[in-house]
Amino acid sequence: MNESSRFHSSDEVAWCPGCGNHALLSILKQALEELEKKPHEVLICSGIGQAAKTPHYVNANGFNGLHGRAIPPAFGAKVANKDLTVIINSGDGDSYGEGGNHLIHNMRRNLDITHFVHDNMIYGLTKGQASPTTRTGHTTGIQTEGVVLNPLNPLALAITMGATFVARGFVGEKEQLVELMKQAITHKGYALLDIFQPCVIFNKINTFQWYKEHTFRLPESYDPTDRATALQMAFEWDNGIPLGVLFKEDRATYTESIEVLREGPPLVDRELKPDRVVPFLDDYK
Amino acid sequence: MDYNVLIGGSAGQGMDTLASLFQRSLHRHGYHVFVHKDYMSRVRGGHNFIQIRFSDVPLVSHRDQLDLVVALDETTVKEHLPRLQENGFLLADEEIKNQSDQMISFPINKSAKEAGNAKTYTSVFLGLLLKWYGLPFEQTEAFLLETFHDKSPEANVKAFQAGAALTKGKVELPSGPLSDHLLIDGNQAIALGAIAAGVTFYSAYPMTPSTSIMNTLAAHQVEAGIVVEQAEDELAAINMAIGANYAGIRAMTGTSGGGFSLMTEALGLAGITETPLVVANVQRPGPATGFPTRTEQSDLSFILTASHGEIPRIVISLRNPEESFYQTARAFNLSEKYQVPVILLSDQYLADYTVTVPVFDVSRITIDRHLSDDSSYSEEHPYQRYALTDNGLSPRLVPGKFPGQVVLADSDEHDEDGHITESAEVRINMMKKRMGKLEMIKDEMQEPWHIGDAHPDILIVAWGSIAGPLEEAINRLREEDETRSLGALVFGDLWPLPTNQLTSLAEKAKIIVNIEQNFTGQLAKLIRQETGLHCSKNILKYDGRQMTPEFIVELLKQEVL
Repeated sequence: MNESSRFHSSDEVAWCPGCGNHALLSILKQALEELEKKPHEVLICSGIGQAAKTPHYVNANGFNGLHGRAIPPAFGAKVANKDLTVIINSGDGDSYGEGGNHLIHNMRRNLDITHFVHDNMIYGLTKGQASPTTRTGHTTGIQTEGVVLNPLNPLALAITMGATFVARGFVGEKEQLVELMKQAITHKGYALLDIFQPCVIFNKINTFQWYKEHTFRLPESYDPTDRATALQMAFEWDNGIPLGVLFKEDRATYTESIEVLREGPPLVDRELKPDRVVPFLDDYK
Repeated sequence: MDYNVLIGGSAGQGMDTLASLFQRSLHRHGYHVFVHKDYMSRVRGGHNFIQIRFSDVPLVSHRDQLDLVVALDETTVKEHLPRLQENGFLLADEEIKNQSDQMISFPINKSAKEAGNAKTYTSVFLGLLLKWYGLPFEQTEAFLLETFHDKSPEANVKAFQAGAALTKGKVELPSGPLSDHLLIDGNQAIALGAIAAGVTFYSAYPMTPSTSIMNTLAAHQVEAGIVVEQAEDELAAINMAIGANYAGIRAMTGTSGGGFSLMTEALGLAGITETPLVVANVQRPGPATGFPTRTEQSDLSFILTASHGEIPRIVISLRNPEESFYQTARAFNLSEKYQVPVILLSDQYLADYTVTVPVFDVSRITIDRHLSDDSSYSEEHPYQRYALTDNGLSPRLVPGKFPGQVVLADSDEHDEDGHITESAEVRINMMKKRMGKLEMIKDEMQEPWHIGDAHPDILIVAWGSIAGPLEEAINRLREEDETRSLGALVFGDLWPLPTNQLTSLAEKAKIIVNIEQNFTGQLAKLIRQETGLHCSKNILKYDGRQMTPEFIVELLKQEVL
């Protein structure tokens, strides 16, 4: 279906054969198709890294910015045009390392944007250094004695920082991932979807097989509205890692909270004339 | 007439309110006013002062010599008594030790207590000041009621009246000539210029002395329809503004040098993605934390090349609050016309001094978006964000507005579609396209202000906020001795540097003197780089305090005349 998708981009894909990003890309396009989005309605933002090449491989608006800075331009674009469907596609290094501060504060803002983190638990583009999600003990060319830093727990962070949709998927669970993406995109508020995907070159520990063996789907009976349970679930690792929507809540989005954005057309459609300043000059008279 | 009143004390003593009410009263009675603030980086204590200069002719600068000092504490007496003119006076509460013939003690605190609230001592001083200069009371009483509406308004009016009763009128002022002027500072003017230009998003991280741009926009945000976002850091602030501009609105960010340092990577992003962007850098002395509340012009060299790699940019320095309004609006137009970042350079002096200016003429402002509304793009001929065109500019389309067409911006080197490329040929074409804009921009640059002699023997060069003090200094020197052939060029636009007037005046000049608020003489270096002209003298000041006309006069006499 890929070539015929209206989201198909003619740009040559530069990912390694076997990379989990290929499947992720295909699932992303499927989700957009199934949501009946049109390319001009969608904006894909990214930072830098392998995952951050995604805007080039989707026929949609794209903003491929700086390393670690995927979120701020996405925020600015959504503020400018609340009608755009803004999706961030970036890696674990970009999202959780270099861009960690932006992640924290944008979850607090709860702007209606979607963040897909292509999490392969390693740095790909810079060739195999530890990422914030690399597990302790994992040896690399830099961390020669094994990673000593405690791994970042993106889902626990998201739940505590105010993301209103927190989920985890795996490219090996295609059907579920399509649904998770669709739910994340349609969710009103900041949606973080951490997506396991193997790096076939630099991560020989967390392989496709490893993810298959270490993950399980959350049961249908799971209630994602309970924060305490969600937090507990976010820490599940050694006895199996849950896949699905861990946490969801209704909270006013940034757009709904800011009067200027809430009322009226998107900022980009507002006609502005220089004389809008005239009433304010009185304050200085 | 030309009077200079200093109000000094420690932070938290209410000096700002007193100064504000006094300057507003002067403004309302039609006088030209110039208010200069000197404050420390603390909320309580320390020594701060505000100098309120007023006249019946336009003022362009603060000055050293004082006619009157209002001392709220002992430090003010020590620091500023020596600065009084021979016929000047210092007014203080009777509890402060009287140490000079020029010092007059009043029962200020006693009067405040009698008025019913010990905290109303600033209103006692206000009454004293108004009476001293023979100004009418009604307007000021109205200001008092408004200012203290929730903090004992009646006691403050009573204190004000008690203060007025403490003295006879000492100075008879001619009537004020102004009727319709604004009393405004540099940062407020930037904010209002941005509103006139159609800004709808301002993202910034608070940093002295730039914060009041954000405060001013925030004060009007709901009414004007502006989203003002306090970002988590300057990296976010500038990247947010870039994303917003990409998506088709006019967004801006502002900071001081330290924040600008953090913004430099994204400045390059704006350059390579060809996203319009206006950034205000309100300078303070660096490096690192430097002097947070003081002034300097030391970011020029840095700004000219900030960002790794090479990008086209426009640098406009602001010379006074009036032009800060118009130049900010112009910056948005230039930025969108050429799809380049425009950096507005101000400094703490300009940010914080308040002056009377003619009401801004909004009819002089236009909003020129330079956006493409070309509907001829099709599936066969899709829109290309970085199309190579005959005029050297790629049409800008607003994403989301043209079904079937998408807009791809990229921080990597990219082809016409915006896709990542490694091609040497494409790289060359894209570099030529981006850097080629500078040639077009050169034609837009405004020549410096020319002050003094039409063809001076002594040619002074300067930029930015020194304009006012320098103009007054040159006028004083020429009035003193009409045979002095003295003139100055004060640059506003700095990059690309307009050089026509400079090279023309330099031909006749015997000496070129560079005056700047920094250590290394950064304008002189820029002039040398762009024209080969050598400034043989540098008058430099880097102590964080703005040069006064007296300082410039003295230094020119010592070094040049």
